[in-house]
Amino acid sequence: MKNKEGNKMKEILATGLIGLSLAVSGYAHAEPVKIGVITTLSGGGAGLGIDMRDAFTLAIEQSGNEEIELVIEDDAQKPELAVQIAEKMIQSDKVDLMTGIIWSNLAMAVVPNAVAQDVIYLSPNAGPSVLAGANCHPNYFNVAYQNDNFHEAMGQYANQDYKNTFILAPNYPAGKDSLTGFKRFYKGELAGEVYTQVGQTDYAAEIAQIRASGADSVFFFLPGGMGIAFMKQYAQSGVDIPVMGPAFSFSQDILPAVGDAALGVKNSATWAKDLDNEANKAFVEAFQAEYNRLPSVYAAQSWDTANLILSALSKASVKDKEAFRAALKEADFDSVRGEFKFNTNNHPIQNVYIREVVKEDDVLTNKIVGTAFEDHTDAYAEQCSMQ
Amino acid sequence: MSTALLIEQLLNGLQLGVMLFLMAAGLTLIFGVMGLINLAHGSFYMIGAFACATVAAATGSFWTGLVASLIAAAAAGAIVEMAVIRRLYERDHLDQVLATFALILIFSEGTRWLFGSFPLYLDIPPLLHGAVPLPGGGQYQLYRLAIIGVGIVVAVGLYLLISRTRLGMRIRAGESDREMIAALGVDISTLYTVVFALGAALAGLAGALVGALQSVQVGMGEPVLILAFVVIVIGGIGSIKGALFGAVLVGVVDTLGRLLLPQALTLMLPPSQAALIGGALASMLIYIVMALILAFRPSGLFAAQS
Repeated sequence: MKNKEGNKMKEILATGLIGLSLAVSGYAHAEPVKIGVITTLSGGGAGLGIDMRDAFTLAIEQSGNEEIELVIEDDAQKPELAVQIAEKMIQSDKVDLMTGIIWSNLAMAVVPNAVAQDVIYLSPNAGPSVLAGANCHPNYFNVAYQNDNFHEAMGQYANQDYKNTFILAPNYPAGKDSLTGFKRFYKGELAGEVYTQVGQTDYAAEIAQIRASGADSVFFFLPGGMGIAFMKQYAQSGVDIPVMGPAFSFSQDILPAVGDAALGVKNSATWAKDLDNEANKAFVEAFQAEYNRLPSVYAAQSWDTANLILSALSKASVKDKEAFRAALKEADFDSVRGEFKFNTNNHPIQNVYIREVVKEDDVLTNKIVGTAFEDHTDAYAEQCSMQ
Repeated sequence: MSTALLIEQLLNGLQLGVMLFLMAAGLTLIFGVMGLINLAHGSFYMIGAFACATVAAATGSFWTGLVASLIAAAAAGAIVEMAVIRRLYERDHLDQVLATFALILIFSEGTRWLFGSFPLYLDIPPLLHGAVPLPGGGQYQLYRLAIIGVGIVVAVGLYLLISRTRLGMRIRAGESDREMIAALGVDISTLYTVVFALGAALAGLAGALVGALQSVQVGMGEPVLILAFVVIVIGGIGSIKGALFGAVLVGVVDTLGRLLLPQALTLMLPPSQAALIGGALASMLIYIVMALILAFRPSGLFAAQS
């Protein structure tokens, strides 16, 4: 009996407290919001998706907004699975917003369909060129980058020191975007241009070609395990031509596996853990305290995505799509990347930095050593009909 | 193109072939003796790499890790054979494919559960750092030469095992008529477990050797498994000799194709187009070779069973 009464008392208290908190926080928290997160939590690419999920959920938790419900599903890096999950989230879970996809080929499979069904999608990582240009959409916001951006920054950086670069990327859309982006800003000669197989893990043949090419530098884009394999084999081969690349092969999730082979390599990104602003300090500290590891660039972008959503929720109802889109477009949040605005095609205008891999207390990480671009946009905005 | 580059690429092709042979030998042995299609063979490769990386990180010695990889993969193979595979010999190939595919998922998620989603670190042993000079002025990495050496030793060892020992005699007998040797009093189920564990150990060895060159991560075995299947189909299913020839052929054709095709195309196309199309053609090359070989020799180069 006593127990039951105790429970009742608790209920009354709880209801009272909820009422009180509603009165304090006002209208914005009053309605439930459902966010669908499709990301890669199993298979070889899971490290990226786990960083994405962990940062996103931590940001939502820290906001204290209990009306947000997250529906998190694993796409196993398979486009067909991602499409099924997206359909389920839209049709039966009735999510208001979607986010989470890491890979460009999965984004291409899911995003056009989702935004056409009037779901707002916020990309925490992939930025294929088609979605930035001809197929841009008012319901699609890219909070990360357009795929070419990091590579463009490396092309710009290479002009300082190098005149004969050997370039290398996997033979798939993001790989072609990568070399196109590099060449857009690079003014020197190419010592060689090689497309490797997607998922290739042995680069002995390519490294032999690099050695024989007489290049003064190497630019490569090989995300995930491909980059780990390349960097290790490159260091073991004894070729001493300097390498550089986008942050994907030097992000915090894979540096431990690459080991000292990565030390001193220059790479490009819009974020590093030593970027000097209050939001970033708070983020790195919170992430480390919660998960006991350093965040990667994927975690930073997801943290920003969550905070962008929270900022828009405090201004408009998610049910009023028109007003909510306008609130998102204002980008009125403290980005861990510093200055952050949206361009006409809903892609970022932001700085792109050059980082160097360093060792701090026996942990490999990146520090910023220069700025490649200030307020950089993408090359496809003009093809977008939203102006 | 210099001769040094060509010699280096031939060695690279040979090294890739040797690595594929370690995978394909186990696969073809298991198929030849037990008639089993084992999709989970790539998981033993992964187990070998993880065991080596973990033990090497704990003890600081790559060689201890290498021994651990053999033991772990062989043990995993023996356990899987006794718990699951044994029930599949009498079933048709579709059931075997389904069950061993399930094993891939179980091993992958189990490994993730134990080791986490982030790749592990494994470096080549200090003894094998460095390179040796090649004729023509090139250099070749000592560790890759060592892999070629290991492959040759394993090939010779398997040849002696199968042609000269009692166990080898039983394996050959099991290939040609399993009911008969069971009737003659050979303990067929122990023989199967031993063959399966041997195949798994070879895959584990390949995983550990290659893990030091590449990245040790969940799902690393499946891409290699596909190539290993190509090798045994080219070589003739069930034949160790076929696996050796098939593996070296695939390794050399793949490596030289990646080098020569884009260069040949630059004679006709602008460089970036040549790189793109040449790269795409090179990735198809081994499958084209496989199709041609099967067109003329439908059961592979060295078919074991007629």
